[in-house]
Amino acid sequence: MSMNLEREKVALQLSESAETKDSIIPKILLGCTMVSILVAIYLIFMFAPIEKTMGPVQKIFYFHVGSATTAFIAFFVTFVYSILYLEKRKRIFDTYAYVSAEIGLVFTTLVLLTGPIWAKSAWNTWWVWEPRLTTTLILWFIYMAYIMIRQMDGVWDKKARLCAVFGIIGFADVPIVFFAIRWWQTKLHPIVFGNGVTQKGGGIEDTMLFTMFVSMGALILLYTYLLNRGVSFESMKIKVNQYKEQLREELEK
Amino acid sequence: MTLLKTAFLLAKKDLYSELKTKQVLATMIIFAGLTILVFSFAFDPANNTTKAVIPGVIWVIICFSGILGLNRSFLSEQRNDTMQGLLIAPMDAQSIYLGKFIANFSMILIVEIVAIPFLFLLFDFKILGSIPYFILVMFIGSFGFISIGTFLASLAANSKSSEMLLPLLLFPITSPILIGVVQATRIMLTNIENLASALAWIQLVSAYDVIFFVLCFILIDYVLEV
Repeated sequence: MSMNLEREKVALQLSESAETKDSIIPKILLGCTMVSILVAIYLIFMFAPIEKTMGPVQKIFYFHVGSATTAFIAFFVTFVYSILYLEKRKRIFDTYAYVSAEIGLVFTTLVLLTGPIWAKSAWNTWWVWEPRLTTTLILWFIYMAYIMIRQMDGVWDKKARLCAVFGIIGFADVPIVFFAIRWWQTKLHPIVFGNGVTQKGGGIEDTMLFTMFVSMGALILLYTYLLNRGVSFESMKIKVNQYKEQLREELEK
Repeated sequence: MTLLKTAFLLAKKDLYSELKTKQVLATMIIFAGLTILVFSFAFDPANNTTKAVIPGVIWVIICFSGILGLNRSFLSEQRNDTMQGLLIAPMDAQSIYLGKFIANFSMILIVEIVAIPFLFLLFDFKILGSIPYFILVMFIGSFGFISIGTFLASLAANSKSSEMLLPLLLFPITSPILIGVVQATRIMLTNIENLASALAWIQLVSAYDVIFFVLCFILIDYVLEV
């Protein structure tokens, strides 16, 4: 069954994805990522001061927030590429959307793992049903469902279409989920930035802020590198399948 | 208004065939009854604190039996290979969605009308709040749940294991509705003095309903492609 599924569009695709040449971009990205992560780790442990009430445990905060931001960016990229795919119907957009969602899911998992460790020492409990935590959990479930649609059987363009639709729906849901849960539960999470009417910032030291931005940038670079590698890996997979299919057709002649 | 006309035609077809077989509706109602039975084991009906969980129980019943109906609405078309027929018929994908939505919505309303009084009766629940508001909450909540549910059912129907896929897609997406309506139902049923906050919840759920109904209406074109 599955061997015939790829066949429908083989002739069309080979010309489309014939570009994978040795590029210097991944190497540069890898270098930048490694350097910036090392710098971030140095800043976290050597430069940033130890927080008064929470102690050294607070240092997990830098990667926690960084991962959360990166995950959100990743899901936004999925959203954008989903729309692009529905408009243009090019397989490369679908690949970008898929890989980005996968990486986003990994980062969300990181957030959900680092969060409880921090919470245990800061709030003395592993988990609180609090807006941001619950939203993150629901986000994780939504993109897990996205991956599940991916694992469906059928031709790729059907799956790509359905995934794109779900990517849009899922992303549109996130702000509403956050808003709903915010109403449902009172605030416990420290709001670090902003000092507007509702957003009373708890305040953060300049060195800490600097460190946080560096680690955030490092994780975003890591995301870019992973996205780049993931997409080329996925394209290679597609190409191998197409060659296999071509071979099979020739054998059957 | 051909869109509405064809939608009503399709809904009529679904409801007629349901009236003939009574398969889905009977399953949904019996399942709702069984859920109530299981809840009576889980939470002691004689205990007074059980009254506090009734609003939640109502929505658990609607979710679970709603999933059963939603699963069937597109699978039955696929089983008889009539999905292709619907797609090539001279009507928009929007009409198919709307028609299926109307059919599913009327079925869940019937289930609610049967199951909820039954639940109140069995748990000896006295309504302290206002019944019209309660009906409004039920209506808005079911509308949102079924509109997004019908859409995701049409999406999941492409998979071989759509019965398993649909809950995974539906529950995280509908979580704002479930939070909102459970809160609103609790206020409507137990302390009506808090009406203002219940109305805020109703507004949130209505906003969700509108946003997602429009979104589904636009995106259904891509889901129901030949």
